[in-house]
Amino acid sequence: MMPDLGKYADTVLTAYAASILLLAVLVAASLWRGRRMRAEMDTLEARMRRDG
Amino acid sequence: MSQIEKNSSLWSYANPRKFLATTERVMPFLWGAALICLVVGLVWGFFFTPDDYRQGSTVKIIYLHVPAALMAINAWMMMLVASLIWLVRRHHVSALAARAAGPVGAVMTVIALVTGAIWGQPMWGTWWAWDPRLTSFLILFLFYLGYMALWEAIEDPDTAADLTGVLCLVGSVFAVLSRYAVNFWNQGLHQGASLSMDAEENVADVFYIPLLVCIAGFVLLFIALVFYRTGTEIRARRIRALLARERAGA
Repeated sequence: MMPDLGKYADTVLTAYAASILLLAVLVAASLWRGRRMRAEMDTLEARMRRDG
Repeated sequence: MSQIEKNSSLWSYANPRKFLATTERVMPFLWGAALICLVVGLVWGFFFTPDDYRQGSTVKIIYLHVPAALMAINAWMMMLVASLIWLVRRHHVSALAARAAGPVGAVMTVIALVTGAIWGQPMWGTWWAWDPRLTSFLILFLFYLGYMALWEAIEDPDTAADLTGVLCLVGSVFAVLSRYAVNFWNQGLHQGASLSMDAEENVADVFYIPLLVCIAGFVLLFIALVFYRTGTEIRARRIRALLARERAGA
């Protein structure tokens, strides 16, 4: 049920694709770095507890 | 001030542990609300709104362009407030929140610039014009890049927070200019504000309501990302401190 975008179909679809891609990359990069920092901190704290 | 008052004060969130504990409780709701608003707003705008009689189907770009532009300016304003709190009260969480918001604001600025250029090509006949609003937005984007680069370039985090705070103050001129350029600079291509409390002619309701839902989605996504990324910055800072302690003990 794609709406009829007429002669501007490419324009509208490009704008949506570019924006959604940019938002997805931003969210994915944020989540990836967040998980990496969390894991690194947990490992470091566990090592420091073990080593006193 | 009593202990209860201290615990319920906004300043208590300057404690990194309290900030992390509180934000982790609200994060699932924030991500969920942002996703719902974005999906509802964009699907509504894309599939269920009519074409504009002059712009045709390109009017559908408004659901991305306006919220992104709004957030690009307001992200910088949030960074300004957080930087001022750091400069005045030396709360590390506020400096880290400003740092966390930088890339989010930069991406919002890119979306506003890209969607504006894509829309401008068929409507104005050009991808770009040195119009006051477009130019001030480009300068705002350059300030975002400079802000992020400055954080990365300085090793001492407190010095980096000080200098980026000052840069944020200077960049605020362009954030304000980006917001109000259409009101006092009339020679550009960019039309007046699409949303205004005192505008005689706002966008029609059929476009306005899904646009408001999209704006809510962008605002919620911004808050969720800034909370999450601030938590990441707090952990990165703690890692640096633990490694320094480990090196000193070795």
